[in-house]
Amino acid sequence: MILKPRLEDLKIIGFYLGKIILGLAFTMVIPILAGLCFREFNPTLDFLISIEISVFLGLLLVKVCHTDKDLNWMQGMIVVSLSWVVAMFLGAIPLYLSGHWKSFLDACFDAMSGFATTGLALVQDLDHISYTHNLWRHLIMFLGGQGIVVIALSFFVRGFSGAFKMYVGEARDEKILPNVVHTSRFIWMVSFVYLVLGTLALGITGIFNGMKPLNSFFHGACIFMAAFDTGGFSPQSQNILYYHSIIYEVITIIIMILGALNFKLHYHLWMGNRKEIFRNIETSTLFITIIATFSIIAVGLAQIGSYPSATTLFRKGFYQLISGHTGTGFQTIYAQQFLTDWNHLALVGVIMAMALGGAVCSTTGAIKMLRIGIIFKAFKEDLKRIIMPERALIIERFHHIIEVFLEDKMVRSALIITLAYIILYGLGALVGMFYGHPFLNALFESTSAAANVGLSCGITNISMPVALKVTYIIQMWAGRLEFMSVFTILGFLIAIIKGK
Amino acid sequence: MKINFKLALIILSLALMSYPSSSVFSQGISSSELIKNAKEYDGKLITYTGEVIGDVMLRGEFAWVNISDGENALGVWMSAPLAKEIKFAGNYKIRGDSLEIVGIFHRACLEHGGDLDIHAQRSRKLGNGRIVNRRLNLDKKNLSLILFGALLLIWILTLFRHK
Repeated sequence: MILKPRLEDLKIIGFYLGKIILGLAFTMVIPILAGLCFREFNPTLDFLISIEISVFLGLLLVKVCHTDKDLNWMQGMIVVSLSWVVAMFLGAIPLYLSGHWKSFLDACFDAMSGFATTGLALVQDLDHISYTHNLWRHLIMFLGGQGIVVIALSFFVRGFSGAFKMYVGEARDEKILPNVVHTSRFIWMVSFVYLVLGTLALGITGIFNGMKPLNSFFHGACIFMAAFDTGGFSPQSQNILYYHSIIYEVITIIIMILGALNFKLHYHLWMGNRKEIFRNIETSTLFITIIATFSIIAVGLAQIGSYPSATTLFRKGFYQLISGHTGTGFQTIYAQQFLTDWNHLALVGVIMAMALGGAVCSTTGAIKMLRIGIIFKAFKEDLKRIIMPERALIIERFHHIIEVFLEDKMVRSALIITLAYIILYGLGALVGMFYGHPFLNALFESTSAAANVGLSCGITNISMPVALKVTYIIQMWAGRLEFMSVFTILGFLIAIIKGK
Repeated sequence: MKINFKLALIILSLALMSYPSSSVFSQGISSSELIKNAKEYDGKLITYTGEVIGDVMLRGEFAWVNISDGENALGVWMSAPLAKEIKFAGNYKIRGDSLEIVGIFHRACLEHGGDLDIHAQRSRKLGNGRIVNRRLNLDKKNLSLILFGALLLIWILTLFRHK
């Protein structure tokens, strides 16, 4: 028998949701300060209106639903999934008010794309957007990459046992430090240190490339946020092609790879355990899959002679590959060039890379390396079972910070999430095909949305049907949260309707 | 008269022969058309018109200038003296200079790491850029004041409730 949720459940969900909204509202202070510094007063007003609406809503929920009770698993998961939807609506308000988005749905699309660190965009006339709005576009990637709930846990919610439930709900099932709040703060510390270093590196490169210092450092900060959080937005419409610089490309490749690594691995590297990077199952799997998928892309591009030399083929092919594999979505080619200059084989290589993703507990989306590694180990174990004598005891293990023995439970969990992602990629492709796009193009865009990548072959544009926009929004949301919280909220809705 | 006509014909033929490709696209081509049919225009002399956006990035004796025609922005590689004629590059506060570029289009430029770009041979300023005056939006100002009032009211009500 399904039990109907009690009023108490709704109150607890509302209370913690309100707290997270207040946390999100607080982040809007940053673009307001930026707007005042840049003397962009209309954009500042956009954020003032948005922060007021957010604080109003947050306060309302906190006051009306006030409770001292802690979250249970179901409530924690629901708070997380609702937080992302509410964040999308609130984050879209300043974007829509800027007049650079054709409709509120388009602004919501970009807000979800930003928070989920996808990078697909429907913004219009990006080259004339204000610094303030551009900063917000990239800031939401930075916030979404660490996790909206992680923000609240780090700064606004004092330690309580429900914290871990929300943390897990945001697709972060690994604790770096014993306390989840300390873990969240460590994630922020790593991100801030890299933010300073990355901005400096990109800013100085920009100046050497001929950019004005202010613009150069502003772009550096934005590009860092989009690269480290594997987002893919960029301050200009040409994306990375705007900079016409190989050094810029090399730096962004390094940042994208750093963003695709597990925060737990970052912790061990920071603690001086450098050997971990070579021994870890995720990094070794990432290395293998990069080589495998790049080989496919290189063969595909060489087949049709897309590029005039091996170096240009490598530069273009490898950049799009790393961008896709890490789930970033930076492009050094125009979206349509995927269809005009790349053949099917090369496209399949990119789709595979996008579908695989980076490490767990990183800012990337998609299936992720740990799961791929576990599935591969399980195959290896089964093969051994066939080859070896029946009485032989077969034990498979892998190294992920510590030595771990492979258990059926892990394999099952990895396979379920992998299957869920494959279904999500497929469903999006079906919707794309319904609207007349060829299978491969539809699969490319769908995988990009669901795996939170952001590479586009041109399907994503303002004239695409509303249903397709909504499909991609749902894919970005479900893909970012890795299904568990999404399944919980679906169950909760069913319980409200059918429960007794 | 006949001699003059022949001379004119010879000069015209020589001028056309001096262009490196078989076709010349003297009429402006949009960025979407260039990207979509890049193979067709590859290595050809084309005319492209648009607004200078972002930064004029000087690189030694040359410069990268990104020019947007409203559909996409394309990178144009031009000599530094040509680039120095640009006074306004577009952003939120500035409408950039409008330029007509005549140059060789590259689908995947060998010199520039496979970028899709245009190597400008000459450019002509079609319009001067300007600083955009953006007045304070009064509707937005009023809305933010109303919302601020509502927030203040909630805060006061909360104070009373606590008492």
